[in-house]
Amino acid sequence: MQDYIIYAVQVVLVPVMSPLLVGIINKLKAKIQRRQGPSIFQQYRNIWKLLHKDEVISSDASWITRVAPYLIFAVTVVVGISIPLFSSALTLPTGEILTVVYLLAIGTFFMALLGMDAGGAFGGFGSSREVTVSALAEGVLIFSFLPLVLIAGSTNLSNIVQTVAANYSYSIAPIILAFSGFMVALLAETKRFPFDNPDTHLELTMIHEAMIIECSGKRLAMMEWAAANKLFIFSALAVTMFFPIGVAADLSTVSIIVGIVSLLVKVLLVGVFIAILESTIAKFRIFKLPDLLLTAFIINIVALGLML
Amino acid sequence: MLDMIVSPVSLGLLFAFFGVGMVGSLLLRKKDEIANAWSNVWVVLGSIWGMLLALGVLINGSTISSQLQFSTFTQLSMNVQVDRLSAFFILIISLVALFASIYGMGYVKEYYKKYSIGAFGFFYNAFIFGMLLVVTASNGLLFMFAWEIMSLASYFLVIFDKDNRDSIKSGYLYFIMTHIGAMFILFAIFLLYKYTGSFDFTVIKQQFSTIPQLVQYSVIGLTFVGLGVKAGIIPFHVWLPSAHPAAPSHVSGLMSGVMIKTAIYMMVRFYLDMFSPIPVGFGIVVLIIGAISAVLGVLYSLTEHDIKRLLAYSSIENIGIILLAIGSALIFSALGYHDLMLFALVAALLHSLNHALFKSLLFFGSGSIIQSTHSRNIEKYGGLIKAMPLTAVLFLVGSMSIAALPPFNGFMSEWLTFQSLFGGVQIHSGYVVWVFVFGAGILALVSGLSLAAFVGAFGSTFLARPRSENAKHAKESSGWMIAGMTGLAVLCLAAGVWSGEIVSKVKEVASAVTSTDFSLSLPNVGTSAISDVAGKATISAPLILILSIGTVAVIWLLVRYGVYSKQRVRVDKTWDCGTDLNGRMEITDSSFAHSLIRIFKRVLRPTNQYDVVAEDKPINKYALPKSRTILLDIKDVYYGYIYMPIYKAILAFSQYIKAIQSGSVNLYVLYMFAILIITLVVGV
Repeated sequence: MQDYIIYAVQVVLVPVMSPLLVGIINKLKAKIQRRQGPSIFQQYRNIWKLLHKDEVISSDASWITRVAPYLIFAVTVVVGISIPLFSSALTLPTGEILTVVYLLAIGTFFMALLGMDAGGAFGGFGSSREVTVSALAEGVLIFSFLPLVLIAGSTNLSNIVQTVAANYSYSIAPIILAFSGFMVALLAETKRFPFDNPDTHLELTMIHEAMIIECSGKRLAMMEWAAANKLFIFSALAVTMFFPIGVAADLSTVSIIVGIVSLLVKVLLVGVFIAILESTIAKFRIFKLPDLLLTAFIINIVALGLML
Repeated sequence: MLDMIVSPVSLGLLFAFFGVGMVGSLLLRKKDEIANAWSNVWVVLGSIWGMLLALGVLINGSTISSQLQFSTFTQLSMNVQVDRLSAFFILIISLVALFASIYGMGYVKEYYKKYSIGAFGFFYNAFIFGMLLVVTASNGLLFMFAWEIMSLASYFLVIFDKDNRDSIKSGYLYFIMTHIGAMFILFAIFLLYKYTGSFDFTVIKQQFSTIPQLVQYSVIGLTFVGLGVKAGIIPFHVWLPSAHPAAPSHVSGLMSGVMIKTAIYMMVRFYLDMFSPIPVGFGIVVLIIGAISAVLGVLYSLTEHDIKRLLAYSSIENIGIILLAIGSALIFSALGYHDLMLFALVAALLHSLNHALFKSLLFFGSGSIIQSTHSRNIEKYGGLIKAMPLTAVLFLVGSMSIAALPPFNGFMSEWLTFQSLFGGVQIHSGYVVWVFVFGAGILALVSGLSLAAFVGAFGSTFLARPRSENAKHAKESSGWMIAGMTGLAVLCLAAGVWSGEIVSKVKEVASAVTSTDFSLSLPNVGTSAISDVAGKATISAPLILILSIGTVAVIWLLVRYGVYSKQRVRVDKTWDCGTDLNGRMEITDSSFAHSLIRIFKRVLRPTNQYDVVAEDKPINKYALPKSRTILLDIKDVYYGYIYMPIYKAILAFSQYIKAIQSGSVNLYVLYMFAILIITLVVGV
């Protein structure tokens, strides 16, 4: 019985907690800008509101627009189930680095198609930028995991969490370096500063918001929620993979509760980091982004060099 | 039953099917419909027979071999042998040929009354015949003979659209390049003959280690260049992007999906079966060349607006990925990591199969689009998903497979390739590790870029609004064509979902080729999952499929009916900022890829030409020009830096050598005499 509850928690944790993470980031950003800001639960209200709205779909759009939002959301849920969140004892065969990266690529693929589907001038450019950034970020993402793969000797995520926890002091420098590389990939993949501005639809800054410009109602809710899920997934990966402190190694009640609490605290720290980052730096020009990603890639190579 | 299929007689029967197809098409050339039906029916029958034969060998594990000796030409023995590796490639050829012919039933109709369908049928059958003979020949001379049948037949298929000057030109380039490649291989085979005294592959295999090292290295180098030309590795690829698109689409699919794989077959046969030991340096060279081909191939495919050239460049990319795996296998074999070698070889073979499936599907899809829009230019498409819904779905399946999205087949073989490169990173052998790091980095970049290329291709072909009159009036293609594509699309999904079982069969192929114990690697391979060498990381395609479909269904039901089920969906115009949206306002393929092209401008060398035509009589200096043209193009660095210098050098050398051509017969006799004397002196 207890096992079923733990599995159920694993399944719903990402979609349930992700709007809160976005809400906290928005609240913090508002506070830093000396604004009151919306409540940290505002994202839940937004999604609930959008789910109760009628929809308008473009007459130029095809079934891609109708299917893609559900598919993109579902992919984030599947990835959320697959990755180790609070316990490394829960394993699915999909909890594997390349599978996770390529499952998320399904989301990128259909999101880019969705952007082009309505035939507006904005959506297509969003798609073009999306595939540009994610094509370059994919290498950074995979390579930031590679030092961990070397420690664990496999690409299985649970396996990595267990071995990294055991060998922590032995390879702390490469882990920190790879973590900083991963954070750049996180910002690129979740379309935060300095890659994209998640708050606006302004023409010059937008990637994600441009692609979903034609969405409304339930489909918009799905897209917003999927973006929040993706942010939560990447934050959770960042903290459980690189800093597996507190991650439960078994399914006993105490360690699970410790695991969940430590996960939420650590993800909150990532959220604070993002909020501070977004309040202190400006968005980069799009053609500066490859330099940033290349730097992150080289950091990963250095981390790898320390391991070899 | 199995023994009956796995016999020399049935192998002979396989070739007979295509022989009947060849001769019959020529005899029936007066009636286009009958000639087309005849040639395709025999290919279909032959392919089904080929599949049975290949499956028989793969299941049974026995080898078919037969010899036919001529008394006059003692060296040219008709020595054919079908072992597991040959059978695997016979399976690839047969699978694609089967669906190509079903597709061809509909597609060739376009050429009725225009060109000779009988001749087409002849060369089409001869082409497949040649490919089958290449993968079964076990004698150097017979192999060269088969290689030429394949090359010449495909040359005639490339120039089939003979009223089009471009295809004649492409065919000519193909003809030259393929023969330069063949010369390299022929030279290597003669070298082997000189030192082993036989053209027979089994004899060469036994005696390879006894021949001098320098000769070994030359043979390896020569064959790699020769096969590389056929495989289309960069920089020998120049013929590929022009020749593959010039042929009718189902032949393009066969050429890109299957013909270039015969070069991969020969590489596996030569380097992992016959030639041993292979120096570690050669493996590194193969891996690095594979990496370069992969990344340049995908970058050039991003820049293309011609849908078939895009697909052809993406074939270069995929050959690069296969070479990454083969290169790793060679390095592992040289360093003695047998389990990793087996793993990498499985990755290479599986990607050969998968690429054959999705690339021919995509070429068939492009053929359907071209037939209904009469253009190969993606800029002239748009919105075809409404006119051609089935083609769109099938093309989407192909695009998802090639972009390596789970659970389609492309993901599985890319996963294996990644894992073998990661395995290489984990070996403790100094600098070699960095070669694998390089390979893995390139593969990660390449898979991201190929996703970009195919989002662009699918999106600007099928989505949004039509950008030309022809695209507006496009129609869905005929039933035969849809049937051919559907078969391949189903196989793309099936080969992904059942990849566990396929891998366990491919593993037997790989271990038979390299004569290693196949219990070495992939310990946990079951029916539903593949695992890495250490057995810790596994992927299970059925699970991914069920999980994804299940989650989508649950979420859709919950959101659609669980929350506010009275929701209304209204269809209205796209938000247009107050203007009238037309086809020119949506994103096109060139603008889609433009930011990536700018990022890689050091490699791609994009050129922008501005051409401004001023008003005849400028009223003042601010007068607007009459017209502006901007030409965005990519500089062809290979012509500029590699092929033109060679061409100029040959020309200059010919000018120089012209001096001895006086036209006097006496002088020529003197030359012959001098050569004779020199030959005798050198010979003695």
